[in-house]
Amino acid sequence: MTSFALMVLGAPVSTQAPQTALAFARAAVQGGHRILRVFFFHDGVHCGNQMPVPPAGQQPIAEQWAAFAQQHNIDLVVCVASALKRGVLDAGEAKRYDKPAATLHPAFALSGLGQWIDACVNAERLLSFGS
Amino acid sequence: MKQKRILIVCRRPPYGESFAREALDVAMASAAFDQEIALLFLDAGVTLLAKNQQPETIGDKSLEKQFAALPLYDVNELYVDVGALQQYRLSQTDLSLPAQPLTTGEITQLLERSDIVLNF
Amino acid sequence: MLHTINKAPHAHDCFDACLRVCGDNATIVLIEDGVYAAITDSDTAQRLCSQAKAVYALQPDIDARGLSTRIAPQIRTIDYAGFVQLCCEHPTIQSWY
Repeated sequence: MTSFALMVLGAPVSTQAPQTALAFARAAVQGGHRILRVFFFHDGVHCGNQMPVPPAGQQPIAEQWAAFAQQHNIDLVVCVASALKRGVLDAGEAKRYDKPAATLHPAFALSGLGQWIDACVNAERLLSFGS
Repeated sequence: MKQKRILIVCRRPPYGESFAREALDVAMASAAFDQEIALLFLDAGVTLLAKNQQPETIGDKSLEKQFAALPLYDVNELYVDVGALQQYRLSQTDLSLPAQPLTTGEITQLLERSDIVLNF
Repeated sequence: MLHTINKAPHAHDCFDACLRVCGDNATIVLIEDGVYAAITDSDTAQRLCSQAKAVYALQPDIDARGLSTRIAPQIRTIDYAGFVQLCCEHPTIQSWY
């Protein structure tokens, strides 16, 4: 059993990165491995946005990640610094900055790079999915 | 916290994309958490270290000034790609921070002795 | 060391960048648009196979792009489980994108 930390830097829709990362994560869990944390950074923070309306027949990427994480008890962390400047805010940040909506899907948590460093240091393997 | 040898590889030039700024955030956060950090400026990434950047002309903040803060975080292990310096017509004196020049073979060795390699 | 490449050669520089510095002990996995480098008889497939220790390409990405019958025979195709296994076997993984 190997523990993984995954970083997703590519945006959904514009890149394949979020889907590749999810497929990898599913395969890892199916193979008996552990996903210590998935950290969404750079444009990858858009994976945590609950607002997108995908074409008919497609499930929003945030919901795909949320369902997977809930089923396997996996930490989905969105980098707060990357997220704020891209308009991905939870309720607390939306209130703090007087913005009209909280855009972060509730299955994701906003946090700092310390969470990524923690995952880097404690996971046996680290993999990035970029654009 | 355990310590790992983290190599941050900067491959892209400043201002056209935001990778460099976010790479810096990772470098400083890693250093703040007592990790062993090195930065490699590879390919177009060597241009990040060019002096006399004036990003206010395009409404942006200076990466040169942000990079200058690296020594304050004890991030002093910087490497630069000799081949790319030549390609971008930069000499060591054109760089805003001291960085050890590496040949291609030396870059391979640096990658191989790192625990974690993050590309930006 | 394991390297992943997710961009098509010629469309982006990360294929050349990876091959320049990865050394001859590298294992390379082509994913997403990176699978285009594995096309049989291409100069990129030849460069990969002559330089790297081992080269793999992700089957779902190959199939998505209609390349199933056009992959160089020396490049092994793997599924996501195979990709996970390769990551388990290599302590350090560098993603080129």
